[in-house]
Amino acid sequence: MKRRKFDLAATPGKAAVGVDDRFQVATPLRKLLNKVFPDHWSFLLGEIALFSFVVLLLTGVFLTFFFEPAMTEVVYNGSYAPLQGTPMSAAYASSLDISFDVRGGLVMRQMHHWAALLFMAAIVVHMLRVFFTGAFRKPRETNWIIGSLLFWVGFLAGFSGYSLPDDGLSGTGLRIASAIMLSIPVIGSWVTSSIFGGEFPGTIIISRFFIAHVLLIPGLLLALISVHLGLVFKQKHTQWPGPGRTNNNVVGERMFPRYALKQGGFFMVVFGVIALMGGLFQINPIWLFGPYEAWVVSAASQPDWYVMFLDGSTRLMPAWEINIPIGDGYVIPPLFWPTVVLPGILVGLSTMYPFIEARQRKDYKSHNLLERPRDAPARTAVGAMAVAFYIVLTLSGSNDVIADKFQISLNAMTWAGRIGLLVVPPLAYYVTYRLCLGLQQHDREVLAHGVETGIIRRLPDGRFVEVHQPLSASNGHADGHGQLDYVGWVVPKKMNRLGALGPAIRGFFYPIEKPVEAPVSPGHPPVEARPEREEIGSGESRR
Amino acid sequence: MTSDNDRRRGLLARLRERPAARSRGRRRLGAAVRLIAALMLAGGAYTVFAPGAQAQDNPQLTGAAAEGKALFDVSCVTCHGRNAQGVEGRGPSLIGVGAASVEFQVSSGRMPLARQEAQAHRKPPVFTDEQTRQLAQYIQELGGGPVVPQGDDLHEDGNIAAGGELFRINCSQCHAFGGGGGALSSGKFAPSLHPATDRQIYAAMLSGPQNMPVFGDNQLRPEQKADIIAYIQETLKHDQDPGGFNLGRYGPSTEGLAIFLIGIVALVFASLWIAGKS
Repeated sequence: MKRRKFDLAATPGKAAVGVDDRFQVATPLRKLLNKVFPDHWSFLLGEIALFSFVVLLLTGVFLTFFFEPAMTEVVYNGSYAPLQGTPMSAAYASSLDISFDVRGGLVMRQMHHWAALLFMAAIVVHMLRVFFTGAFRKPRETNWIIGSLLFWVGFLAGFSGYSLPDDGLSGTGLRIASAIMLSIPVIGSWVTSSIFGGEFPGTIIISRFFIAHVLLIPGLLLALISVHLGLVFKQKHTQWPGPGRTNNNVVGERMFPRYALKQGGFFMVVFGVIALMGGLFQINPIWLFGPYEAWVVSAASQPDWYVMFLDGSTRLMPAWEINIPIGDGYVIPPLFWPTVVLPGILVGLSTMYPFIEARQRKDYKSHNLLERPRDAPARTAVGAMAVAFYIVLTLSGSNDVIADKFQISLNAMTWAGRIGLLVVPPLAYYVTYRLCLGLQQHDREVLAHGVETGIIRRLPDGRFVEVHQPLSASNGHADGHGQLDYVGWVVPKKMNRLGALGPAIRGFFYPIEKPVEAPVSPGHPPVEARPEREEIGSGESRR
Repeated sequence: MTSDNDRRRGLLARLRERPAARSRGRRRLGAAVRLIAALMLAGGAYTVFAPGAQAQDNPQLTGAAAEGKALFDVSCVTCHGRNAQGVEGRGPSLIGVGAASVEFQVSSGRMPLARQEAQAHRKPPVFTDEQTRQLAQYIQELGGGPVVPQGDDLHEDGNIAAGGELFRINCSQCHAFGGGGGALSSGKFAPSLHPATDRQIYAAMLSGPQNMPVFGDNQLRPEQKADIIAYIQETLKHDQDPGGFNLGRYGPSTEGLAIFLIGIVALVFASLWIAGKS
């Protein structure tokens, strides 16, 4: 009997042909799979946020299976002995059950919380990358605005989730949130009573926050993230200037297979880091906070880190109350300025920044190449100023913990924050600006004179000079200096970067510089052999 | 009624008439004699009943209290003054603070004070348990005051769940949910409860040391104090932290620090690694 030959290697191809015969997807798919993404470590920071969002969805779905979003009073009877017999809300009791009685519940809860912190942290770090490299410039202003909105929607997602367990800490946070809403002139009391269904805390807020936290806000996040990624796809990713890279092309790796594989691997790494943190570090120990009671406020009651700057601004705000003599007298409480006006200004300034900068620089062209931070000193300095402002506020948000653990007077911390908030940002601006100029100058110096070799030569007349390695052959210049223009990318400043000594672990953190290969995919053979350079070595073996 | 009144008026009138008959000089002399007699009576009574000047310097002390006084006169007298009456600007009077206060301050090493500052810190104790007891006995016999019950284990019958609720209501404002302590104004602070013994916690509640309010037996009954101590000793100190390393139980501040120092740093290195592999 003749055995039918089964060619395993041909199976995927056959299957693909079969799919294409039926759906005609080869042409669009080829375009998609061949889409090129530039490769640089700093372009992966946004992915951290994306991947932690995926982890948030996965762990969050698990938590909804066991969470009961109700404020009905129950008596706890679970396995955590120190709370047995304590009356509490069903929401808190079910959060305790997730932590102690649901298999794997605690690690899921902790992963969810760590992933939330990581999501916000990655958004901020990604935003800093985009800001400091000028990636927000035309044509990508819309994506910058969407990114800023993602921070604020993430902020709401985080706050609503933090409030759900109805423990002592989150209830305190909710009380502060209701006070902030109440401080808004004219509409404050209506806003509060419509959100809480009457007086704080009411009986409905947890159910409302639950539906906001599991449906409305994630839906909004998902929509914004989709548009964000879609725009990156449509407008193409920015890239660093470099050999073969222009404002009109994209140099990098194809989406399939290399880029997709790398991203898949990176997702696993992000998942792994979150899982490790969820398993190793305790976060939000709600069983210690106890159920929320209006009269229970613990020391060191702080919001999560991304809300802490508002806590800090509140702590630093002097008690300036504005009394308006209308009717029986109208009061604008001091809380209104640091918690409603300040975030309002921050949202406005951050979303409008691309337009402000374009106007300032009179630069309305499209930019697909990034700028190194040092090449735009004013922007970098403004960014440093904003970061300094935010850090002073965030540290002030936990100033009682800092005061206690470092044995500083709390009053001194408050005044340091008040003065620091006014003094540190301008100082950061000045220092950053000077640093940028200094770095620019050094780049130009190396391009003109070459790399310092560390070799000192004594001339016949007794003078000592340091030998510089020029970066290009001297084109008729008697002093050996070439004419090199700064192209907006890293200028090699050490002999190692010119190949004098190979990196200890090859290509582990830094790609080995291969200028000729760079314009094409690394998988391809070089177009032209690299010209041999005479090396100035240390005499030691390369290995 | 009327007749009775009439008769009394007559008697009073008769009595009034007799001294009126005496001379003015005799009346004055009589008043002076009566005044002197009354003063001598009052003074005599005071001398008999009140402790004399000599007795104030050497009150009748039991053996332990006498030992305590000897220690006091060497180590404490500089700030708290002779007979623990206090020294202006240096140390308060200890009359009436009771043995509980002495036990807390001395056994936790806070007294003797290293220097004058916002608040005393816990240090290795200078005095042994025996000496601490003697000092406490001396102060107790001087002026009385609250006393910690006998025994080292004061939370045997404590209900942990009730204690937890009382702790969150009464203690966590300053000592924080995990008992790690917290900041107060101007460099003052609520200390960590982790090194505290049963007796020290009980003594602190009774005597309200430094900035702590007093939780007398009518604010927190002795059973409730036992509940609180049980919660602190059994739950806060022996909780296994089911979630892993507790990051110092400082709340979201250290969690925020951890996500940047561990999460973001690890993932930035990962992205450097992945992007470097090209």
